[in-house]
Amino acid sequence: MTAVDARPDKSSEIGRDRRRKEDARLITGRTRWTDNINLPGMLHLAMVRSPFAHARITGIDTSGAETSENVVAVLAAKDFDESLGVCINAWPITPDQKAPAHPPVAVDRVTFAGEIVAVVAARSAAAARDAAELVEVDYEELPAVVSLEEAVKDEVLAHPDLGTNKSALWVFDSAEAGTGGSVDEAISTAQNGGIVLERTYRQQRLIPAFMEPRSVVCDPTGEQFTVWSATQIPHILRFAFAATTGVPESKIRVIAPDVGGGFGGKLQQTPEEMIVFAMARRLGKPVKYTETRSESLLAAHHGRDQIQKLTLSATKDGQVTGLKVELDANLGAYVAIVGGGVPVLGAFMFNAIYKFPAYQFNCQTVLTNTTWTDAYRGAGRPEATYAIERLMDELAAEVGVDPLEIREKNWIKHEEFPFTTVAGLTYDSGNYEAATAKAKEMFGYDELRREQAERRANNDPIQLGIGISTFTEMCGLAPSRVLGSLDYGAGGWEHAEVRLTPTGKVEVITGASAHGQGHETAFSQIVADRLGVPFEDVEVLHGDTQIAAKGYDTYGSRSLVVGGEALVRAADKVLEKAKPIAAHLLEASVDDLEFSGGRWAVKGTDQGMAIGELATAVFAAHNLPDGVEANLDSEATFDPDNFNFPHGTHLCAMEVDTETGAVKMRRYICCDDIGNIINPLIVAGQVHGGLVQGIAQALWEDAVYDDAGTLVSGSFVDYLLPTAADTISFEIDHTTSPATTNTLGTKGVGEAGTIASTPAVVNAVVDALRPLGVHDVAMPCTPERVWRAINEGSAGGETTGAAAAHFDPSTGMSGNVDRTEGDAQ
Amino acid sequence: MTRISMNVDGMKVTDDVAPRTLLVQYLREGLGKTGTVIGCDTSNCGACTVHLDGDSVKSCNVLAVQADGCEVTTIEGLAATATDSSESGLHPMQEAFRECHGLQCGFCTPGMIMQSVDLIKRNPQPSESEIREGIEGNLCRCTGYHNIVRAVQYASGQLATAADTRGATEEVDAL
Repeated sequence: MTAVDARPDKSSEIGRDRRRKEDARLITGRTRWTDNINLPGMLHLAMVRSPFAHARITGIDTSGAETSENVVAVLAAKDFDESLGVCINAWPITPDQKAPAHPPVAVDRVTFAGEIVAVVAARSAAAARDAAELVEVDYEELPAVVSLEEAVKDEVLAHPDLGTNKSALWVFDSAEAGTGGSVDEAISTAQNGGIVLERTYRQQRLIPAFMEPRSVVCDPTGEQFTVWSATQIPHILRFAFAATTGVPESKIRVIAPDVGGGFGGKLQQTPEEMIVFAMARRLGKPVKYTETRSESLLAAHHGRDQIQKLTLSATKDGQVTGLKVELDANLGAYVAIVGGGVPVLGAFMFNAIYKFPAYQFNCQTVLTNTTWTDAYRGAGRPEATYAIERLMDELAAEVGVDPLEIREKNWIKHEEFPFTTVAGLTYDSGNYEAATAKAKEMFGYDELRREQAERRANNDPIQLGIGISTFTEMCGLAPSRVLGSLDYGAGGWEHAEVRLTPTGKVEVITGASAHGQGHETAFSQIVADRLGVPFEDVEVLHGDTQIAAKGYDTYGSRSLVVGGEALVRAADKVLEKAKPIAAHLLEASVDDLEFSGGRWAVKGTDQGMAIGELATAVFAAHNLPDGVEANLDSEATFDPDNFNFPHGTHLCAMEVDTETGAVKMRRYICCDDIGNIINPLIVAGQVHGGLVQGIAQALWEDAVYDDAGTLVSGSFVDYLLPTAADTISFEIDHTTSPATTNTLGTKGVGEAGTIASTPAVVNAVVDALRPLGVHDVAMPCTPERVWRAINEGSAGGETTGAAAAHFDPSTGMSGNVDRTEGDAQ
Repeated sequence: MTRISMNVDGMKVTDDVAPRTLLVQYLREGLGKTGTVIGCDTSNCGACTVHLDGDSVKSCNVLAVQADGCEVTTIEGLAATATDSSESGLHPMQEAFRECHGLQCGFCTPGMIMQSVDLIKRNPQPSESEIREGIEGNLCRCTGYHNIVRAVQYASGQLATAADTRGATEEVDAL
């Protein structure tokens, strides 16, 4: 029985630095990774993957592999029946979207390097891989289209039968939507006496590169299929298996055990998962596939890869009057599960924290012979935030004022919340002034600006740049009706259960399945707080569709703000259910009871009953009120009526060596507003990790294909994940404007750091070099690109060749840089 | 097949292995020591780091036959090797990672802890830059390294509480 005295006071859990419950197993190596699962008689799969980006398959000879030692089966597409299914495209953004059918195993044509053409099953992973080498595939190479610039010309087609590479065009116009004015009018007005800025930015292709390679095991026992997968989405995956194989959900159990990172990269029903399911079904034995890192980089989905052409109009003193976005997004060879919609999410964020009176967004999605792209940490919002935060710096430079001044001039003021933006979103709460003031103070903004001025005056070869990012994002995906209005194929609610066990402990079940975020800890805090029970008495169960039967999983910073609120509601229902029972047992009127610290007390007496005692009494059920169910279990489904909108001000100081192009981060601080915080320790960790992921886009990471469509950055030797030695420590702090869309007042945090940091870093690099006439450096800002930007006046690389053509000569910022003139500024 | 013997986490083992078997494969598949994990195939990520005769190695870079006659310590045996294991039965570095929130998904964590133990053994009071350089062969995608660095500082007695890991940090000597 729970001791009353040991019970924490209500709210003592919220805002507390609890050490994580998860860590006990993770720091001792007693972890349940999918690849650790081994079952009797289990077979191992190896995939035969295409070395070509685009080729006709003219023959497959599996005989050598079939007779190889310990090989059980070798299958190509023709050997599978219809139960293999076709990969799901869950977000057709327009009714006429062109989306080629995506078979998990290529049938007669491969469309990206790494596409699976055959599958080997053997008694060991090593035997399967050896035999995969013996499968002989005859290819007739076809012309491949790799880059967005080439693809939009429609000269070489990724899928010749479609007749075009253009998949869909999605348009939002504020004049048509009634949320603002006409962009074309704003631009034409600005052309006479105002400012018109045209810029083109490239979001290079990135790879999520979760640390745990994808792994999947399927055990077909009788008619039941148990699937373990390193996935973010066990519930969606179960639905997808049912939808693609015809096996009903009741016969499919999906378990996401400990999952080693995701960042959106484990948000698919992957071809590999579909193949494992089909092979287990066909062979009647447990089957496992674990990818190598090289396979992961090549064939797990990629992110970003957009070209954004922006036209911004403003008055002469920097008041923005309109923004037009023309965006091309590279979907890769197929339209991934939500890949088609990722750039559309960005549509709502290009206006960011600003009061733009007119806005137009034209998004063209394009197919190429590359790995498919889909959600990657932030999904659409980092791309949008980068563009607008870079552009606001350009506007400040054009007007000749501090970049913070331009932002203050255009942002939504605190007293104007709630505010409906030109993109049609209603921001419920926020305080950009407070976050910015705090960030400036933490950073020592004025002092660093003084140092910058000195270095400029002294022509110091090491120039100092200060980068600003005043970001916001929409997170907590839900609301379902809004997702529906965007033709998103699923809802956004989350489900929770709270169950009191006979010994007075609490079982919590959530549909938000974690992959490193600390749900078990944060959710325990929420429920312990709500029920007034000790944190240690709460056990959070998740990631198994047979335990957590309903849910929408974890992505888009939704777990706490949607799943956490569902828990609150389920816990409250338990209390509602318990109260009349407590009154009955205490022989008091319900109206005379008060609940505090996990205990019902009869007002004005010392009579009372702890929640644990009540649970035991309900289990025994000897003396319950008539008609009352003998349990203290409850469930709730929460679907918020709005997103929530974290924001913050990030400031970055970069030192740039103008002689070598080398960049070095000197300082990075941020002040985020994510509403109320449940566990500051976990929040800080999320912010730190997010920052490095965004900084990595600015400085290092780049998934590069050659012209033939071979992934050049196909290992950790070439794809530069930052190391500890590449990065610095951060200073982070918070302001608090509680969200109004959940009772906890929380906003999402998982993606904020990534969204905000990329523009802060690049703004800092460009700021350091602006006196040299540099107004852009293409990402990632490698020393070579920075050097070229300084010396050749371009944005520093081949990747912005297209961008250069869009620069508006009227701004005086294009053309070759005159170092002498630059130095004199 | 080649006969090998070694002491793994205090347990003497003898097995016949194929000569090409990597130490990490032998640990995971041969001995069921799945605390040691594989994150890449190019020896870049360090997730498989173990101690071989007391020194950290990437066990994907060592053949099992090369470890013949050696003492191998994995994350699963680490606590037992500590002379100052806490009441919780954890090695001080394990305690430090938990105290400082030096992990999120935890996949890199066994390798990161093993590498950090080796680092502290060689340099009991490393500076921040020495820590960063000392663990640069181990990749982490979740923490941004901030709290891993703090965990190593905490284990080396240079940091008092986990609260120091949250926000403000002392002057960064790495730069």
